[in-house]
Amino acid sequence: MALSRIASSTHASNLLKPLSAALSIRRVISSDSTDPLTIETSLPFISHKCDAPPRAVDTSASELFSFFRDMATMRRMEIAADSLYKAKLIRGFCHLYDGQEAVAIGMEAAITKKDAIITAYRDHCIFIGRGGTLLEVFGELMGRICGGSKGKGGSMHFYRKQTNFFGGHGIVGAQIPLGCGLAFAQRYSKEENVTFTLYGDGAANQGQLFEALNMAALWDLPAILVCENNHYGMGTAEWRAAKNPAYYKRGDYVPGLKVDGMDVLAVKQACKFAKEHALKNGPLILEMDTYRYHGHSMSDPGSTYRTRDEISGVRQERDPIERVRKLLLAHDIASEKELKDIEKQVRKDVDDAIAKAKECPMPDPSELFTNVYVKGLGVESFGADRKEVRATLP
Amino acid sequence: MATLFQGLPSSTAFSSSNKFNHAPAPTSFSERKSSIVTVRSDARWSPVLNSATHKPQRLITNAVATKADSSLASTSSKPGHELLLFEALREGLEEEMERDPCVCVMGEDVGHYGGSYKVTKGLATKFGDLRVLDTPIAENSFTGMGIGAAMTGLRPIIEGMNMGFLLLAFNQISNNCGMLHYTSGGQFKIPVVIRGPGGVGRQLGAEHSQRLESYFQSIPGIQMVACSTPYNAKGLMKAAIRSENPVILFEHVLLYNLKDRIPDEEYVLSLEEAEMVRPGEHVTILTYSRMRYHVMQAAKTLVNKGYDPEVIDIRSLKPFDLHTIGKSVKKTHRVLIVEECMRTGGIGASLTAAITENFNDDLDAPIVCLSSQDVPTPYAGTLEEWTVVQPAQIVTAVEQLCQ
Repeated sequence: MALSRIASSTHASNLLKPLSAALSIRRVISSDSTDPLTIETSLPFISHKCDAPPRAVDTSASELFSFFRDMATMRRMEIAADSLYKAKLIRGFCHLYDGQEAVAIGMEAAITKKDAIITAYRDHCIFIGRGGTLLEVFGELMGRICGGSKGKGGSMHFYRKQTNFFGGHGIVGAQIPLGCGLAFAQRYSKEENVTFTLYGDGAANQGQLFEALNMAALWDLPAILVCENNHYGMGTAEWRAAKNPAYYKRGDYVPGLKVDGMDVLAVKQACKFAKEHALKNGPLILEMDTYRYHGHSMSDPGSTYRTRDEISGVRQERDPIERVRKLLLAHDIASEKELKDIEKQVRKDVDDAIAKAKECPMPDPSELFTNVYVKGLGVESFGADRKEVRATLP
Repeated sequence: MATLFQGLPSSTAFSSSNKFNHAPAPTSFSERKSSIVTVRSDARWSPVLNSATHKPQRLITNAVATKADSSLASTSSKPGHELLLFEALREGLEEEMERDPCVCVMGEDVGHYGGSYKVTKGLATKFGDLRVLDTPIAENSFTGMGIGAAMTGLRPIIEGMNMGFLLLAFNQISNNCGMLHYTSGGQFKIPVVIRGPGGVGRQLGAEHSQRLESYFQSIPGIQMVACSTPYNAKGLMKAAIRSENPVILFEHVLLYNLKDRIPDEEYVLSLEEAEMVRPGEHVTILTYSRMRYHVMQAAKTLVNKGYDPEVIDIRSLKPFDLHTIGKSVKKTHRVLIVEECMRTGGIGASLTAAITENFNDDLDAPIVCLSSQDVPTPYAGTLEEWTVVQPAQIVTAVEQLCQ
């Protein structure tokens, strides 16, 4: 994970921003500077049937700063969800994304809110990336009405229509044809937007992936299939489940790109490249080489099929937040103290959101029957005890 | 697979909710059926005046129309136009596609081929390949694709070449189509129409003779309707397309070539209403799709025997039109359900439960439900006939019920 600075960045060091009285250190680059900064990705891209994008990524100080803050928020949110689950405030299934934040953040940096994203059940952080609030996340996880889906969806069903986030799906692989449909609608309406369909290395062996890929390639749909390869399909390592674990190549006639998913700048570059490609040439597969620190879900300790050394090794060497922290420090965009302050602020924001969500009420029993159908049908529906609960669907 | 069912089933008599009409022959006939007309498979008409020589299988019954229009004028002055059921479906589809550019069709062989039952014939030339999309044979994925497109606001009509093939798409229909409106807290609507032919055909074999309404009926969030005449086929198709909810429209393989006259003006039927086919006093017979015609054939025999059955085509399989059904039960106090689903877990089973729960006090006798046998549909013609409810069985059941 070598950090290399390109010579052009040194001229940025000649920019001296006025110092604010509160800051006691002399900063080379201000953290809200939008002057272009070019940083190389940690690893080269590996491509299949296409030309790989360059390793030099255009970014800026403010963007890097926002990366840090957003990833720290996501990390803190997932850790907090872990504690809430253990405190039995979150029930059922809870799939945590910590370790994979770079994929969500890097993707958002490369696209607009008009582009669509659809993913599987590991969706808390993508929801945040698409503009969801911490209150909506914790509200939904705890089943309250302030949740994103009014408490009726749960951990696996986060959606945000206004920013084109289409969920949040529990059945492995079922979101892939849906993503194909989103891309179809984009092509149908002639919008210049793309759809990012996320799936995991476990779902990469689903038939419906290849069916959807065939259709997307056949009709040149602007679909980008992103395999978030965290190397384990719940408890099964990728080499035990896939004959060919080079997921970026499995599209065969569809070009692919393998990306270091722990490097937010690499993810940003790859997604930017993918969007341009998809609008011109049809589908593309991106394989994000990433890692999850938690187990598959809160019911899975995550240590029976991999060693603790492996987990801590990845955390030390490839952690996405640490990488950005080092970048910020090396380019003198922020000081250690400032970054720690951010983390403290993030912690506070998360705690506040949790406290607020805890005060939020559970849905009213009448909510059981709302949103089953769009318009009123006047149909009688029953609760568990048919004599006790009979409702006319609103 | 393109099995175009050409001939009308020999044991099926049919009627329509409109006054029955003939195309070329300008014969008028009374409601007392003094002449019997034979309908040939190519829709030629040949009046057979001597009733003694006709074969029982070619009976055409004349249902009492519920529509006010029951004049006996000759064909040429009749309002409306005549067409076959699949053409009525196509007309409804075409009108809706013209009206709303978001409406599109996707399915196997719907485009260039024109649809295996010709429902989408000519539409691809008119609307283009993207709006009438020929998909590869991947039911799960193209159904999912249609649902994903619907989440953004398109209104796709997903055709299963045979309803049985949609079993492969069950996950998408149940989990995504039915549930997304609920699990997203009302954010996404899924205004899809999933349609296709199902039911027992003419020796099509077990896998191609399935009745999926029994499997889909539990899925929360969807509506199911079954069409049975050209008139309600067009009306239900239009209503289903305009509905914001996902609707599954069940057509029947053997009913595509039914001919009838439908109005020229635009009309949309209600998805949740049942159709009164023949008002009566003695017994309520609830049926849908192809069994409607077996019931009407049995009704003719019953009328001759002095019974007065009330026949209701329930049309809406989910939710049931308990209003119309309830009114009828309160009048006749006896219910016979005739369906093509299998006995176990079929629409009839649910309907029996619903009527018992709601109208138990109005029933003078237990509900009788005639369904198909709980067997895979055999290939042999005679066996296949025994699988499905036949008019003679309906007559016997009514006689027993009315004792």
